[in-house]
Amino acid sequence: MQKTLKKYFLIFTLPTLIAFCLAFVIPFILGVYLSFCKFTTVDNATFNGISNYINVFDSTSGFLAALGFTIKFVIVAIISINVLAFALALLLTKKIKGTNVFRTVFFMPNLIGGIVLGYTWQQMLNAILLQYEKTLISSPTYGYWGLILLMNWQMIGYMMIIYIAGLQNVPTDLLEAAKIDGATSIQTLFKVTIPMVMPSITICTFLTLSNSFKLYDQNLALTAGAPGHKTEMVALNIVNSFYGRTGFEGVGQAKALIFFVIVALVGLMQVVFTRKREVEQ
Amino acid sequence: MGSKKAKQKMSMGQWGIFCLLCVLVVVFLYPILFIIINSFKGKFFISKDPFSIPSGDAFVGITNYVTGLTKTGFLSAIGWSFFITIISVGLIVLFTSMTAYYITRVQSKISTALYYVFVFSMVVPFQMVMFTMSSLADKLRLNNPIGMCLLYLGFGAGLSVFMFSGFVKSIPLEIEEASMIDGCNPLQNYFGVVFPILKPTAITVAILQAMWVWNDYLLPYLVIGLSTNYKTIPVVVQMLVGSNGNKDMGAMMAMLVLAIVPIVIFYLTCQKYIIEGVVAGAVKG
Repeated sequence: MQKTLKKYFLIFTLPTLIAFCLAFVIPFILGVYLSFCKFTTVDNATFNGISNYINVFDSTSGFLAALGFTIKFVIVAIISINVLAFALALLLTKKIKGTNVFRTVFFMPNLIGGIVLGYTWQQMLNAILLQYEKTLISSPTYGYWGLILLMNWQMIGYMMIIYIAGLQNVPTDLLEAAKIDGATSIQTLFKVTIPMVMPSITICTFLTLSNSFKLYDQNLALTAGAPGHKTEMVALNIVNSFYGRTGFEGVGQAKALIFFVIVALVGLMQVVFTRKREVEQ
Repeated sequence: MGSKKAKQKMSMGQWGIFCLLCVLVVVFLYPILFIIINSFKGKFFISKDPFSIPSGDAFVGITNYVTGLTKTGFLSAIGWSFFITIISVGLIVLFTSMTAYYITRVQSKISTALYYVFVFSMVVPFQMVMFTMSSLADKLRLNNPIGMCLLYLGFGAGLSVFMFSGFVKSIPLEIEEASMIDGCNPLQNYFGVVFPILKPTAITVAILQAMWVWNDYLLPYLVIGLSTNYKTIPVVVQMLVGSNGNKDMGAMMAMLVLAIVPIVIFYLTCQKYIIEGVVAGAVKG
């Protein structure tokens, strides 16, 4: 059967491969090359070694500041989203009436796109802050917490659904055994439930990490980096160096490559780290 | 709410949780309610009194919606968003499932290499390829809705091939061998036997990709740009507020409401598939 199928290689794969090369393979290879060049368009690139990479770490490029802001954001976002989502999932697995309605409502924000969502929150937070004669861009602190709030609103429901699936797979006899042995509900939670849902925790941590690290749309819509690039995250910083300053395209491309390496490494490390702690079932 | 229908009575503790959840529902829905309420208010009243229900002078009916729609070409944006999303998702489901089937069933070095390149592409952030991709798209005249669909097929291929491959592996070969012995060629075999079995995964992939394409901002903005008539909803929303300083808050609220409505309708009608699909996608990805 393999042999007959082999003759159909082009029919089965060609459309995908053409599109994949156009959208990913060629741009990626070209992107790696261009990160070592000075250019304003793809055609006028001249090789200039690693000077783009040196410029990335120059304080005027704002890359390190953006990275710092991103890390501060990611840490708080991961913790708050996962704790709240897990708490909600616990509440929704307590046989409450209307569980489905609650689930539906909490999940809904996840489907609204970053730009629309960002402006919705911008309008609301500005209306609130205006009562105190301030706006979201009066101080980076407002932008930061605004972004945290927005991200929580968007992702809690999504993570909650994954935690609910995990909680429903915890065998009831284990929970009953713990109860008979006289464990308090807090003890049961930390010694039985949480170790049993470790796989869900891995997935959710990974998802919140990569989603918040790569955040762009919400950042652009909520503050666009204002005031003075202080609430600019890495993705926005990269786009701004490509399209905001002529002559800095190469630096932007170098930043993008570094960004890619960080995203890949963090993801890999995080999976390896949490997989170790999972309970064998 | 619903207490008469319930077969089991809830305990005090459960009622407490129920009330807490009701409060949270209001908190979760509030941002959406906020823009709906304000979309019916005059410009002046939005900044002065944003939290009250529109009444009297503040209530302007559908004026904001009319201004918003005529000023921005929002209707055509809705059309293009639908067009690009439907065609892209159709192409992705059809072609990537075929590719995934081929590279899973034909074991060779090329198949393995392709599989790893597809998986690799999932990790790469869009910023890494955006500049080169949009230059390439310009050169090849892909800066139109059809070209966009092709780019979405290419950029969405990683996740889709990965998910389809996982599922194809679990289909027993015997089923296909039977149809091959009956004289079907691989294409007939694929569409007659394999694709119907792939349907649950196809729905998952379609939902994940539709959510991505519908909400995507950067790719249409870079490839199609602001000067054409092919703008999608996120691009129009960004343009309405981002570029020019004179903000018509009312019109903007109205456009935000219109951008959210199609998603909410879609969500409420195929809620079951969406939640299942998103969870399946998360667990596999």
